[in-house]
Amino acid sequence: MQSYIDQLIQNGYFAGVPREVVYAIAMVLVAFIVLSVFVAPLAGVTSWLERRVWARMQSRIGPNRVGPQGILQWLADGIKNLLKEDLIPSAADSKLFSLAPYVVFVGFLCTFVVVPFGSALIVADLDIGILYILAVTSLVVVGILMAGWASNNKWSLLGGMRSAAQIVSYEIPAGLSVLTIVFLAGTLSMQGIIRSQGWAPWDWYLFNNPFTFAAFFLYFTAALAEGNRTPFDIPEAESELVAGYVTEYSGMRFLFFFFAEWGNLYVIGAVATTLFLGGWQVPPVTNDAILLGVLQFIVFFLKAYLWVFIAMWVRATLPRVRVDQLMALCWKHMVPLSFLCLLGTVCWMLAFPKGNTIFSVAMFIAGLLILAYFFKRVVFQIRHARPELYFKPHI
Amino acid sequence: MGVASYIKDIKDTVTSVFEGMAITFSHLVRRPMTIQYPDKIPVPIQETLPRRYRGILEVDMDICTGCLACERVCPITCIAIGIDMNKETKQRQFTHFDIDICKCMYCGLCAEACPTGSIRHSQEFEGASYNPAGLVRHFVTQPAPLYKPKKGGETDPKLAGKVDTGLKYLDEFATPDGGAAAEEG
Repeated sequence: MQSYIDQLIQNGYFAGVPREVVYAIAMVLVAFIVLSVFVAPLAGVTSWLERRVWARMQSRIGPNRVGPQGILQWLADGIKNLLKEDLIPSAADSKLFSLAPYVVFVGFLCTFVVVPFGSALIVADLDIGILYILAVTSLVVVGILMAGWASNNKWSLLGGMRSAAQIVSYEIPAGLSVLTIVFLAGTLSMQGIIRSQGWAPWDWYLFNNPFTFAAFFLYFTAALAEGNRTPFDIPEAESELVAGYVTEYSGMRFLFFFFAEWGNLYVIGAVATTLFLGGWQVPPVTNDAILLGVLQFIVFFLKAYLWVFIAMWVRATLPRVRVDQLMALCWKHMVPLSFLCLLGTVCWMLAFPKGNTIFSVAMFIAGLLILAYFFKRVVFQIRHARPELYFKPHI
Repeated sequence: MGVASYIKDIKDTVTSVFEGMAITFSHLVRRPMTIQYPDKIPVPIQETLPRRYRGILEVDMDICTGCLACERVCPITCIAIGIDMNKETKQRQFTHFDIDICKCMYCGLCAEACPTGSIRHSQEFEGASYNPAGLVRHFVTQPAPLYKPKKGGETDPKLAGKVDTGLKYLDEFATPDGGAAAEEG
């Protein structure tokens, strides 16, 4: 991005304007474009899709009135929330209360600085990209604690405290799983990690060795917990805490929390894709730079969105864990396992310094077999559905 | 906690999540159980309801004898019937026959008490209205004569059909054990 602006300046555009001013305006513009063209519609459509997928998995229909199949539901919800009254409880700490949603939102939106969309399409390829993501997503916990404290409500405070405990705990398995890939790639840069993988599935770090395969699922689980997603949504557990830290919020501020939550799903998917699934790597089919860029964007988006879908699917499947179960899962199982993955990967790197392609292909085939077995189970479940319930919806 | 149980816990978690995800995915490709009332339904809901369903009351004024049995038996007096004498024909006539759906508790006692089966529960249940007055059903718009049962059965074919319908409703659906008796017979 910076090189492109440098080129524009050299070509004589913006003559007489200080370079720093051009950079500042470009940064604001890029942030605006990323937010309005990509993030907002993405979070909105994700919210609609989640409700549809969730409904279908519960044998319901879901929102289908606004636009074809209800796809504009997010616009209707957004406008409704904009027009609603923004209540601030009289007992609340009004300054912190007003600020908290934006802290959460900034913590989520800052990750888009280093999320790649293609080999050339990235806001800034920081050398410490993945570390930066781990750092700024921790800002979310500050916002949630702020919201919980400032609401002056016991449900909110409990939700905020739970969220803090949860996010801080799950940073460790997530960070260790990321570290295995950093060891393999030898770089922290997002583009560097993607470039060290290939387009073929057996060149992905997911199938590099059994330990990275396990680390991927550890990362995904920990990321779900950090994003306060079911089954780890105890900070906003409806049945216990009303709505947790968002209990007192209304209107647009309420929406900001959920905007961040749904947008964060895509960030989880994008980071998982970058680290484990080969990112935007495509087979060398064309030399046209623009066509290649579009292809890379589509490939990356599909891979990332697959994990958004899986997060929805997990939400429809698993019940919420208790607080003690949550902590036991993290400290007794996920932390030791992620250490094991780290050590295993290091040993693997010593044994096969250049990687083991044959083993990677075998891992890939094993993954396909697991997938095939999974669909066999799905077909089994469909066959064993009660046929009278299945074929006659109007009883 | 031994190592074996530790590993078993992990294995159980993975397999049960795997199996659970298969179940929810199988639901994704099934047809939803819910229907889109009232827009996209193959037949009106009223037609799918059983005949003994106690919907909003309806009265067939052509076979109502004006005996006031329903008005008297109604526990909450939601039925109001007015009868006076027509001065020209010297015959009694209805001036009004109103049922207040707001008050009605759908007990079905009126339908049981009716000798001709003219008052009965319909399958209709959509009673939404902008004000309570809109929920009062008026069955007499202009004064109408009472129905007089004839000895030896009804001769007018149009009325005969209505009488049969009323009596059939009375026998089979109005009384608590009517349906069972009809099934046995």
